[in-house]
Amino acid sequence: MKDEPSKRLMPVTRRTLLAGIAAMPFLTTGVAPVMAADYPTAAVNATGLAVTDDTVKVGILHSVTGTMAISETGSVQAEKLAIEQINAMGGVLGRKIEFIQEDGASDWPTFAEKAKKLLVQDKTAAVFGCWTSASRKAVLPVFEQYNGMLYYPTFYEGLEESPNVIYTGQEATQQILAGIDWVVKEKGAKSFYLLGSDYIWPRTSNKIARKHIEKLGLEVVGEEYYPLGHTQFNSVINKIKLKKPDVIYAIVVGGSNVAFYKQLKAAGIDLSKEKPLLLTISVTEDEILGIGGENMAGAYAMMKYFQSLENDNNKQFVAEFKKMWGDNIVIGDVTQAAYLGPWLWKAAVEKAGSFDIDKVKAASPGIELTTAPEGYVKIHENHHLWSKARVGHAQLDGQYKVVYETTDLMEPNPFPEGYQ
Amino acid sequence: MTSETFLFKQREWVALAILAALILLVLPATVDIFRLNLVGKYLTYAFVALGLVLCWGLGGILSLGQGIFFGLGGYCMAMFLKLEASTPEATKIQSTPGIPDFMDWNQVTELPFWWQPFHSFGFTLIAIVAVPTAFAYVIGAAMFKRRVGGVYFAIITQAVAAILTILIIGQQGYTGGVNGITDLRTLLGWDIRTDDAKFVLYFVNAVLLIGCLVLAQFVRVSKFGRLLVAMRDREDRVRFSGYDVSNFKIFVFCLAAAFSAVGGAMFTLQVGFMSPSFVGIVPSIEMVIFCAVGGRLSLFGAVYGALLVNFAKTSFSESFPELWLFAMGGLFIAVVMAFPFGLAGVIREHVEPALLKFTRSVALLRPGAAAAPSSSK
Repeated sequence: MKDEPSKRLMPVTRRTLLAGIAAMPFLTTGVAPVMAADYPTAAVNATGLAVTDDTVKVGILHSVTGTMAISETGSVQAEKLAIEQINAMGGVLGRKIEFIQEDGASDWPTFAEKAKKLLVQDKTAAVFGCWTSASRKAVLPVFEQYNGMLYYPTFYEGLEESPNVIYTGQEATQQILAGIDWVVKEKGAKSFYLLGSDYIWPRTSNKIARKHIEKLGLEVVGEEYYPLGHTQFNSVINKIKLKKPDVIYAIVVGGSNVAFYKQLKAAGIDLSKEKPLLLTISVTEDEILGIGGENMAGAYAMMKYFQSLENDNNKQFVAEFKKMWGDNIVIGDVTQAAYLGPWLWKAAVEKAGSFDIDKVKAASPGIELTTAPEGYVKIHENHHLWSKARVGHAQLDGQYKVVYETTDLMEPNPFPEGYQ
Repeated sequence: MTSETFLFKQREWVALAILAALILLVLPATVDIFRLNLVGKYLTYAFVALGLVLCWGLGGILSLGQGIFFGLGGYCMAMFLKLEASTPEATKIQSTPGIPDFMDWNQVTELPFWWQPFHSFGFTLIAIVAVPTAFAYVIGAAMFKRRVGGVYFAIITQAVAAILTILIIGQQGYTGGVNGITDLRTLLGWDIRTDDAKFVLYFVNAVLLIGCLVLAQFVRVSKFGRLLVAMRDREDRVRFSGYDVSNFKIFVFCLAAAFSAVGGAMFTLQVGFMSPSFVGIVPSIEMVIFCAVGGRLSLFGAVYGALLVNFAKTSFSESFPELWLFAMGGLFIAVVMAFPFGLAGVIREHVEPALLKFTRSVALLRPGAAAAPSSSK
């Protein structure tokens, strides 16, 4: 890229702070809103989408029942918040967003059925949804066949680049590489023990991590996988004690996390002593709610967003989120990425001057968002986001303290050469 | 009434005609292609429910693992379609072009030998029925020859369903794991994702279903069907009469498996992917529910049960995305409490007598017919 996007983030002084607040989208009610009359419906909707003179329909497709509901609820809340804020400032091309929510029920075929309903029957102009890779794989052919637009919020394994999807989470190399470099440089790590839940995301992520570790001339002393929902980690914990790695690199997913971290503690591995140090890419603030801050304290996580980020966008976002959904709520990486979806879509529609999917697709690369809670983001040609990589240190209260962030934005690279 | 006619009784001919008219004429004529495709998906579950009527309703063998066979049939079809979609040109960005994408993601560099035969459509068609049936034979022979039945059999089928799910998920390099086998495109060069293809597949599915229904009815009215009922009610007497009970049980279990497998293959074709979420315990129990709601003694009830429950599932979840599971639970409890014989029971006990009464009273009102009942005394 020619320009260096990260340089546009100004140092925070009082003046820029005020300017920043004024620039915040949900506060700019004083600015003359875009009038729908300037954009006649026939012109902005040439392909029969659900767009009228004053409304536009979008879909929200997450699991609100079943095992994934606990993870996906945050995304639903974030998307609803973003839509409400966009409507409060006049909508998109002067049209209010109406959302149709469907339940994927933690069941991949149901996701495909509902995605098809949202596109074929409801003619939604965009869909914000999915969480697991399996659900994304199930809906992907539907979005490509019926030419829909999906904003997918989760950090994931990469190896995919669909023109019909904007990936607002990190792909694996963005999430992993900088964090491993940091732990090697700052903590002097020499040996790693990789473990994870047994499916495509942990396996691919571990493959990338292993290649990177080996490139640095360091050692992987073990690599193991356990089925989703597995709760007996004693044998692997014993192996870890035997091999004494510097770093446990864990990608345990969902409910298994609770068992894993509790058993680690019960086996006498105190994460805050950092012997071994624990590095994860799968535990956000949402998961810590289940694991318990006291079991997780001292671990490190590699993400692009933590609730505790010290910037004005984020403070505003956290305040608005809590106002809408209650004070006790926590906000994890994926929730923030889900929040970006409606905003990125709005920006692309306004740049294209049309809701038509093909025009939104064409307009998307290069879209930037200076108001993102995580800081500045920009859509890459490959439909992933340029974003920073950060390392958080888990605290007793269930929050992460940011101990490292990359100075530049990481380039998304879903098909990393040399890591496959 | 002359009720004994070929294969079906008179009232059953009427029921068959109504069902055929509904799924072959009324639904395609009134429902748009998106909803019709959903109906087609529901009807694939009706295959499983048909098998359960024979196996459970007549034979008294409750299988809580029909998803195994539905899934195996579906996976056989999905493997063929996946190989067709994984041409070297279509997969040239992979490190090993020409193999399915999920194999490439899992560092598999060569197509496993047991995938090779699925390049052939003929082999696939045979495998869709043969693989699940053979597996059912193995389970059936192992259980019934040892006189394992009732609750124990139900539990074992559940265990097998769980084992198979874990196996599929664990061997993700060869099976696609949790994601399943996705992104299926063409069948012998014919794009199955277009609306026209969906329309054609719907009819293929409906005709196959009616074919299976007639076959099931043939089994039901045959001597074998009577033996099944006898076995269900008094197994020891059938055995003492000199029949080998276990062979009959194995046969009906295999037949139910074959029906399920056909349903699974049609599911893959219409929905465009297959995943382990159809193999496990939950979907298997759901399939028993379709059968129970329809009426476990009625073949027609099984089809209507599958349609109704899935229709309710779709419409509840579209209207109340966060509460729909409660509505479904309420529906099942209500059906089981109020109508133990399901929809078919309701029709037989309430609707048919009322209809009969109505036609009689119409006949009475007709001049000349009024004297008929008294003169018949």
